[in-house]
Amino acid sequence: MDWLLNPEGTGGKFAVMIVAILLFVVVMGVILLLADLPKRVPNWVIAAVFAGPALLLIGFGLLYPGLKTVRDSFYNRTSTEFVGLDNYVTALTRDEFQIVLRNTAVWVIVVPIVSTFLGLLYAVVVDRSRFEKFAKSLIFLPMAISMVGAGIIWKFMYEYKAANFDQIGLLNQILVWVGLEPQKFLLDAPWNTFFLIVVMIWIQAGFAMTILAAAIRGIPDDIVEAARLDGVSGTRMFRYITVPSIRPALIVVLTTIAIGTLKVFDIVRTMTGGRFETSVVANEFYTQALRQGEKGLGAALAVILFVLVIPIIIYNVRQLRASEDIR
Amino acid sequence: MSIPIPDTTIVDETPEQGKGVGKLDRLDRRAGALRRTTSSKSASIIAIVLAVLWTIPTFGLLVTSFRPAREIRRTGWWTAFSNPEFTLENYSDALYGSSTDFASYLVNSFVITLPAVIIPITLALLAAYAFAWIDFRGRNILFVAVFALQIVPIQVTLVPLLSQYVNWGIDGSFWPIWLSHSIFALPLAIFLLHNFMKDIPRELVEAARVDGAGHVRIFFTVLMPLLVPAIAAFGIFQFLWVWNDLLVALTFGSARDVAPITVRLAELSGSRGASWHLLPAGAFIAIIVPVIVFLALQRYFVRGLLAGSVKG
Repeated sequence: MDWLLNPEGTGGKFAVMIVAILLFVVVMGVILLLADLPKRVPNWVIAAVFAGPALLLIGFGLLYPGLKTVRDSFYNRTSTEFVGLDNYVTALTRDEFQIVLRNTAVWVIVVPIVSTFLGLLYAVVVDRSRFEKFAKSLIFLPMAISMVGAGIIWKFMYEYKAANFDQIGLLNQILVWVGLEPQKFLLDAPWNTFFLIVVMIWIQAGFAMTILAAAIRGIPDDIVEAARLDGVSGTRMFRYITVPSIRPALIVVLTTIAIGTLKVFDIVRTMTGGRFETSVVANEFYTQALRQGEKGLGAALAVILFVLVIPIIIYNVRQLRASEDIR
Repeated sequence: MSIPIPDTTIVDETPEQGKGVGKLDRLDRRAGALRRTTSSKSASIIAIVLAVLWTIPTFGLLVTSFRPAREIRRTGWWTAFSNPEFTLENYSDALYGSSTDFASYLVNSFVITLPAVIIPITLALLAAYAFAWIDFRGRNILFVAVFALQIVPIQVTLVPLLSQYVNWGIDGSFWPIWLSHSIFALPLAIFLLHNFMKDIPRELVEAARVDGAGHVRIFFTVLMPLLVPAIAAFGIFQFLWVWNDLLVALTFGSARDVAPITVRLAELSGSRGASWHLLPAGAFIAIIVPVIVFLALQRYFVRGLLAGSVKG
């Protein structure tokens, strides 16, 4: 059975892939067939057949590991000795982690707000232009690109050469053209964090635009008409009609981007590897838990990540409840 | 509860679901009204400028990827227009060169992605059916639990899962990657497909039951055909998620034999070695697949994205 674990060459890999899919199909098929054979089967058996496999996997792959990680976060680096809150104290107080937390906070505040703002701007402006579809596609395209790819794209934008050489990166070339010194965008803290953040905004603005543009189109006609009859137009229309009408969509966009940003890892990993004071919690988790073998500390960082998601979700739920009540 | 997507968001993506002519008429009228209130000319200019600004970074890297190695290292891509010199060498080197070998990582990406899309969708469809159309005790509690698990960051699960895979002796193969991606996709997939299934008229299912169809037959003959758009939407979303993923692949599949192209790219990006000039070509080899999917299936992609934005 070794070839299933260590396939030889391209053909072998595809063979294993097909075997995996077939195996899955056959197992599921047999289970379903057995469930269908007898005429009268109790409902719970049917339910177990349909929902069982998924629930088992969720239990095995999400629930149990999650609880295990919570436990590990109270143990030392090899999970052999109970250390109480030590890992959390380390993760929240040691100097280098202070920087990590500060960076994460900056990311989670800046990215959602700027992306949503830009997305809203696009949604309003692009919607009224003749090249709507084309412009939308271009702005939306970064969504389809992996964060690794985006990281590389922007690494080349930020590329730095000393002033007496030709510049390779466009941004430094522009600085040179207007007579300024080229900058080491990715090396100089604390501003390098903002230059990483730009990449995430570049990706997320298209997402915000898509959802907000759809929401704006969903505003009922009568509201717009009534406001227009009252003489409302332009920025006042935007401020008093458009924004309140798409409030639920705005909240979804803000919180969704915030959650995605909280877990951002690929950009930091690809562009700086977390060096030069650019690390964030998700990257630090990877470094500690999977590179340094700091099991306890890594677990604590993962739990911190989880805990940070919760207030965003609560805010989301409350705001959406509130706007449902208004209706 | 957590992040319900407002109904309004999908309206413009699926005009055919509206009430036919009247709805389109209204949209047209409103579009006309909007155009009258703002000068569409200046809006068009702003739109174009923004779109161009947004595309320059990608475009620059694309141009770079076709330039000769020494030019990439020496001058910026914009000089290529005054001094055009292009080559495909970077692509062939990146794909087949012994130092980069992106071709085999590309194969890994495909091998990882296909099962990691098919398996969770199938399992989620079955589970969603159970939650939507089978009465059993504890159904609501279980569904809420699955739903709530969406917010668990996958980071929380990685280390215990890894040690489990090591115990089973399957670490370093494709199996942990398939299994992990499938598991991580399930809560969201179940939730979404359940919502779609609930929208199917009860009479259809009841009629099939009266005809004597069991659950299995109802699932395959009545529900599945109606769910094709939902399956496509989630399928594309999951495809992009798996293809573009770095964290899961780094954790479970950083070995050369199974690592997807994102892992290799991230690795190459961190080192400034002799293959550095192949980075743009390598990035485009990785980017082109999801971009084609995106351009070909934009409508479904958007729907999947609207629905799937909470995952991670």
